[in-house]
Amino acid sequence: MSYPTHIKIIRVPCTGKVDILHILHAFEKGADGVYAVGCMEGDCHYDNGNFRARKRIEQAKKILDAVGVGGERAAMFNMASSEGPRFAEVAIEMVEKIKQLGPNPIKFKKVRAA
Amino acid sequence: MIVADKKPIEEIIEDIKPYERILILGCNECVTVCEAGGKKEVGILASALRMYFLSQGRDVTIDEKTLERQCDHEYLEELRADIDKYDAVVSLACGVGVQFMAETYFTTPVFPGVNTCFMGVTEERGRWSERCQGCGQCILSRTGGICPVSRCAKRLMNGPCGGSSNGKCEINKEVICAWQLIIERLKALGKMETYEVLSPIKDWSTDRAGGPRKVVREDVQP
Amino acid sequence: MKTKTPSRLEKVLVSGHLAVTSECGPPRGSDPDVITQKANMIKDYVDAVNITDNQTSVTRMCSLAACIRLKLLGVDPVLQMVTRDRNRIALQSDILGAASFDIHNILCLSGDHQSFGDCPQGQNVHDLDSMQLIQTVRHMRDEGKFLGGDDILRPPRMFVGAAANPFADPFEIRVPRLAKKIKAGAEFIQTQCIYNLDKFEEWMKLARDRGLHEQVYILAGMTPMKSAGMARYMKNRVPGMDVPDALVKRLADTPKEKQAEEGLKICIEDIQRLKAVEGVCGFHIMAIEWEEKVPEIVQKAGLFPRPKIED
Repeated sequence: MSYPTHIKIIRVPCTGKVDILHILHAFEKGADGVYAVGCMEGDCHYDNGNFRARKRIEQAKKILDAVGVGGERAAMFNMASSEGPRFAEVAIEMVEKIKQLGPNPIKFKKVRAA
Repeated sequence: MIVADKKPIEEIIEDIKPYERILILGCNECVTVCEAGGKKEVGILASALRMYFLSQGRDVTIDEKTLERQCDHEYLEELRADIDKYDAVVSLACGVGVQFMAETYFTTPVFPGVNTCFMGVTEERGRWSERCQGCGQCILSRTGGICPVSRCAKRLMNGPCGGSSNGKCEINKEVICAWQLIIERLKALGKMETYEVLSPIKDWSTDRAGGPRKVVREDVQP
Repeated sequence: MKTKTPSRLEKVLVSGHLAVTSECGPPRGSDPDVITQKANMIKDYVDAVNITDNQTSVTRMCSLAACIRLKLLGVDPVLQMVTRDRNRIALQSDILGAASFDIHNILCLSGDHQSFGDCPQGQNVHDLDSMQLIQTVRHMRDEGKFLGGDDILRPPRMFVGAAANPFADPFEIRVPRLAKKIKAGAEFIQTQCIYNLDKFEEWMKLARDRGLHEQVYILAGMTPMKSAGMARYMKNRVPGMDVPDALVKRLADTPKEKQAEEGLKICIEDIQRLKAVEGVCGFHIMAIEWEEKVPEIVQKAGLFPRPKIED
């Protein structure tokens, strides 16, 4: 199965490793969307890393709404690590959503190194 | 410790809109512990503000720095060489630090990034509650170590009032009745006889009412 | 036994009669007629009338002004004073203001929190608490001095009261609290309205065991229920209120148009029962917004006419 080439994957041992600053800096540098893919809730290999990730995504969404970038560009998905087809499905869904939202509004203004 | 809470970003943006070279200044102590103004929160605010100004098409510098504290001269002096690079500072320290910054760097505008709330404890991560209001004349020895000034909504010296219900304060079911706690503690300590001793009228002159306060210790002054 | 003040209420109690007091809420405006009308309805049926002090933190005409109006009508007021809104300067000052009009009764309270009322964003004061206010009035009266130590020219001569709630939590300190108020100087007590008579009698027994009934005059608070709805509301929504299920049921089983009459009947039955309780020295009838029923209650409870007391 394939998924869109628009996605850049950053692998982490657990979504709990994703810091809110990683998410915010990605948007600062011009990413059009950022999403985290973690284990099913209750099945996290590290117990509650995926819960932390969800909270951070939620926090990031609020900030992105407040500063005019748009919280819909950030999302969290949960699936088992073996669910290849679901991974592809989510990728397609996210890319579609971002295409509809258009590019990150701050991307074409003068972009500064974060 | 002093517990503070983040100000809504909209409020901060309103304050700093006119400026172009802004320093977000954190504090490594109390506000770090209550996750409102430490290095992490400085990073989050700075990133958010950069995105905001970019979305407005404006070229604004947002720098980040965190001092050990903002309530001692030594640490604020660390900014002396660089302060003129900025036309405004957002201090994420408690109200103490914001004011000390304003006093130390008299011609640099300083804006608060947090709301300073109270002196309190960490019940668990993400939950802080008030314990002390700095009345200046601690009466904890009379009340089993539980403060009626900070924890009773009516700061009754001889409580509880008639509104105490199931151990909760009349103002809100989530607020514990301080006098219920005091009674339970006096019972546990075997000191219930002190309950009937009338607490004298409080001298509030050492509290906020008496005016801005000072502590001077000549024995340690240079 | 001699009285310490010119208070008519004190005289009635000292002479061994059951006293009757009632309550008026001042208007949310400056119309004095509201007070006058309510007072005229009940004045022959009671020994004194309490005027509430911004009750439930809802801003109203001040208790002191309404008390003065009562006094000018020839009715004996009880000045209710909460510590929520005034510091010790204002409290002493208002006490002197009341004394200048020969108001001889005061009820010292903390006051409901301001979050219940129309100004939840306001400050509260609580410079003193209710027990310290009791001490203050006694000090002004008996030592003739201000809290600051100076002499008072024409000290107040007030009969000092406090509230008691046998139904608030925790129950185990409700009698120690009564003892504390007596130690602070309370001379009469008006209780929170009673529906759970068993619990009230239990509280009275504990008070009697300590001899407190001989150190203070206890007036039992009574409020007639107007409806089953009111009973449910009081049961579930008012802190420190104990309304037994049996009472709610009795009202709910009554047809709606007869519920008010049944509520009055229950009130009168309760007064008759409590008359027999040793240590109960009278009744404080709080018929809020139903003041017109006070005469009926007092009469049917066998408490009319009020004793004639020589001034």
